[in-house]
Amino acid sequence: MSTGNMNLTLKVWRQKNNNTKGALVDYKLAGISPDMSFLEMFDVLNEELINKGEEPVVFDHDCREGICGMCSMFINGRPHGPKDLVTTCQLHMRSFNDGDTIVVEPWRAAAFPVVKDLTVDRSAFDRVIAAGGFISVNTGNAQDANNLPIPKMQADAAFEAAACIGCGACVATCKNASAMLFVSAKISQLALLPQGQPERYRRVQSMVAQMDAEGFGNCTNTGACEAECPKGISLENIARMNRDFASAKFISEETV
Amino acid sequence: MSGFGNALSSSIGKKFIMGVTGIFLILFLIVHAGINALIFLDDQGLTFNIGAHFMATNWIIRAGEVVLMLGLLTHIFQALRLTLQNQKARPEKYAVYNGSANSKWYSRSMGLLGTLLLIFLVVHLKDFWVVSRFTGIPTVDANGHEDLFQVMKVKFQDPVRVGVYVLAMFSLCYHLLHGFASAFQTMGWNHSKYNGIIKNTGVWYSIIISIVFAAMPIAIYFGIIQ
Repeated sequence: MSTGNMNLTLKVWRQKNNNTKGALVDYKLAGISPDMSFLEMFDVLNEELINKGEEPVVFDHDCREGICGMCSMFINGRPHGPKDLVTTCQLHMRSFNDGDTIVVEPWRAAAFPVVKDLTVDRSAFDRVIAAGGFISVNTGNAQDANNLPIPKMQADAAFEAAACIGCGACVATCKNASAMLFVSAKISQLALLPQGQPERYRRVQSMVAQMDAEGFGNCTNTGACEAECPKGISLENIARMNRDFASAKFISEETV
Repeated sequence: MSGFGNALSSSIGKKFIMGVTGIFLILFLIVHAGINALIFLDDQGLTFNIGAHFMATNWIIRAGEVVLMLGLLTHIFQALRLTLQNQKARPEKYAVYNGSANSKWYSRSMGLLGTLLLIFLVVHLKDFWVVSRFTGIPTVDANGHEDLFQVMKVKFQDPVRVGVYVLAMFSLCYHLLHGFASAFQTMGWNHSKYNGIIKNTGVWYSIIISIVFAAMPIAIYFGIIQ
């Protein structure tokens, strides 16, 4: 790994597990390259900790290409750090200055309990998806794609909603720890396409009910989620979910 | 999950209630500001007193007043409930939280702004509503109507009261700046062709309503209207 000349002070949240109290611990790092990603900087820290015989910092990561949604980290008061539209793995140390103090905390939400240090349990999202974020397809041959004409605008909007990687930055940054942006994206990507129509109004009711059951907060339309989303998921999705929810509850005769 | 009760107790249902009561209160403010602005006719409040007399005696308006109170109380209690739930959704706070990086301060401070407005409302209702509905307006004007304008003139000789009223209108302005557009988003009325109009209307509405209200104590205190 290339060496550089940045000296940093890290304040990292250390917490043994969800039953113990955590605290910010100071670490000094020297010789950090500005070309490193934020996670590579943490790799350097962890190597130093291991060499000293200390417990390394546990953090989530997987693809390190900005597409899997695993990396989290609340950096200096913002999810995924100071840059817009990036995940932590795509954040580079050149976004910081030599001598900076960087505070790194886990996502904080009752629905995202801390597993250890910076890793939180985001399986609440999985349960919301399992409640209705799917389409039921009978087996058999796939029909010709042209049988289902979809306007370009509609297809694009569905694609943009489907870009959600489920990282949880929306919940992390929301002052109410609300999951509305995530849930609305997962509802919209199906509600906008013909294949999603048969279950459209069941889906919105089931997924919102599961979202509430997981203990996420209530949306107050601050727009922080949209601003911090690494994939630029739009608030329009939340409005669409609200509309669908109203249709399902007050107009549709089907109950879930 | 059937029935309207379940729908309204869900997170989105609670938002609907906030949005609907919010829009109702927004409409009320137009009526309130419109009638009160009659004092700017500068006719010793004669026209204003006619308006006030109508509002105090017409039975449809009086029934509407009950609905208004219910709407206001619903807005307040629902907000309290939501705030308590939202606090529970993040039991451990962040050591560093840079909210200004991604949202407006007033959108994150609706509870605080609303609380200031509630405190103001207690003062305000005691000043005028209690007087006109219960304890009675002491004098009558040239038309023989109860002289509510005279009550305003007396109350707004007190610089502290004038200051409280004007400061409260800053709270109102910022509360509305977020609340107006937010209500539309909550109701699902987010549409690329109308979003600009909604946003601009919200900004102008908030500023104009607040200025019209704030101008009343200021104009009376400085003797601009007699």
